[in-house]
Amino acid sequence: MNRFRLSERGAQRLSISILLAPALAVIVLLFLGGLASGFLRSLNYFPLIGLNDFNFEAYFTIFTDNGFLQSLVLTFHIAFTSTLIASILAVASALLLRPAFRGKRIVHFFFSLNLTIPHLVGAIGVLYLFQNSGLVSRIMTGLDIIQRPADFPAMVFDPWAIGIIIQYVWKEIPFIGVIVLAILLSVGEDYESVARSLGANRWQAFRQVTLPLIMPGVVSASVIVFAFTFGAFEIPYLLGRTFPAALPVLAYQSYTDVDLAARPQAMAMAMVIAFISTLLIMAYMKLSRVYIRE
Amino acid sequence: MTTAPAPLPGIAPRTIGRTTVRWVGIMGLLTFLVAPMVPLFIWSISFRWFYPDILPSEYSMRAWEQVISPTNNVIGATGQTTLIALLCTVLSVLFGVPAGRALGLHNFKGKRIVEVLILAPIIVPGLAVVLGIDTMFIRYGLSGNILGVTLVHLVPTLPYMTLVMSGVYANYDVDYELQARSLGAGRWATQRYVTLPAVFPGVVVGALFTFLISWSQYVLTLLIGDGQVETLPILLFNFARSEPAIAGALSVVFILPGILVLLLSSKYLSGDSAAVGGIGNI
Repeated sequence: MNRFRLSERGAQRLSISILLAPALAVIVLLFLGGLASGFLRSLNYFPLIGLNDFNFEAYFTIFTDNGFLQSLVLTFHIAFTSTLIASILAVASALLLRPAFRGKRIVHFFFSLNLTIPHLVGAIGVLYLFQNSGLVSRIMTGLDIIQRPADFPAMVFDPWAIGIIIQYVWKEIPFIGVIVLAILLSVGEDYESVARSLGANRWQAFRQVTLPLIMPGVVSASVIVFAFTFGAFEIPYLLGRTFPAALPVLAYQSYTDVDLAARPQAMAMAMVIAFISTLLIMAYMKLSRVYIRE
Repeated sequence: MTTAPAPLPGIAPRTIGRTTVRWVGIMGLLTFLVAPMVPLFIWSISFRWFYPDILPSEYSMRAWEQVISPTNNVIGATGQTTLIALLCTVLSVLFGVPAGRALGLHNFKGKRIVEVLILAPIIVPGLAVVLGIDTMFIRYGLSGNILGVTLVHLVPTLPYMTLVMSGVYANYDVDYELQARSLGAGRWATQRYVTLPAVFPGVVVGALFTFLISWSQYVLTLLIGDGQVETLPILLFNFARSEPAIAGALSVVFILPGILVLLLSSKYLSGDSAAVGGIGNI
């Protein structure tokens, strides 16, 4: 009996390995392989062209370069501001969409529509809305608020990355909102009703009862959004300034620079992005464990 | 524009009515969410649309004719995007379903590490990885062709599919399989008639979103495709600055599969399902 169980356990371990092997092989080869190859290249190690020594020159160069540091600050500003605004508006939207009302299904459908619309399309839409001669500017001209395109405040290719942030907020409200809404609907309104009947006003009931319930979902969704907005390329590439550019755009510019000496620096920037997102993964794992435990 | 009013403090005077306030909020929210699609659609059917006209002075189907005409290679690009996304979906299902089963049903040594490995490509931005992959792929002749682009699309899609399936299997009762086996069903028959019907909706939803993730990739294709692989997002980006009418029409084509998928899967797509978790990648 005992021997049978042992061999069964061995067989199970084998079958788990077989189930996991193809997926892990792909991820290790492509993902870890890509990171490792980038890391070696960032250390100036490139045997193919005779560079056999390691050094930290690329890191030293970028971290003493004013342009890189400005990009880093700009990227943090974009990611932090977008995530914060999107989270707050997503919670507000979820509260708005929670109760039963007529047409709820169709409203929910439109709310989740953005989930599948690619970021690139959203970015082009934001460009055509908010550029100097865009639709919003035309409407404001029609309303006699401004006289010519130049009067319209710069919202794309601007120093504050307003257009980029609008695009992220537009795209991520439904992403965080759908997650929060699911929590709200599964929890129900009973706890709040109890709090209200015990004398809490609406704000207190929200602050003390609802918010703690949805917070784990909000925070773990926000981590994903922050990581995305920190490392996304095409949105700042389309809507942002070329200097200072968001970090992923700067890395791409260095990578495709005619001067091959800039490549290790591009790789070093890629490693900085990977490092920051690794920190975020650890945060996410920790948060999702807390979330599961509840 | 970001004017979705927060309904939090509830100081709305009774005379206005809470329902009215709620509907104003909902309409504001939906307006903001739909707004960027409006100029895209108008551009796609416009002929002359100069500042300060709020609507075009002349409409035409010129952009749509350009989209269909062979000169702009839109049809070719659509075919290529579809082919890559299909290949990528097949591979992701083939590799991701078994891995999801292992993660969803079993506890084993090192599971935590495997979970981190699966989660990492979803969170680490593509650009941070693709520069290194490009260096590898150039060496092995995988740069500038469909095979290489398909492989690099697996970086976001395979982990996503695995994660979805791990969620599906976590809610699946493996005892059904044991019962079927004890009643004399073989391994194959059990998988075919017991397991597959139970997990099938999850596989379909996962596969649909996997398709969309590949369909929407820009920077991975840009770098690994190296100008040789022209997908819809690559075309779209090229037209965005110079040809708003064509970019508008292309955008409409580009978002159609996503809307279809949403219509097909909205039943399964609540926020607590793993399917939503990876959508940050689209």
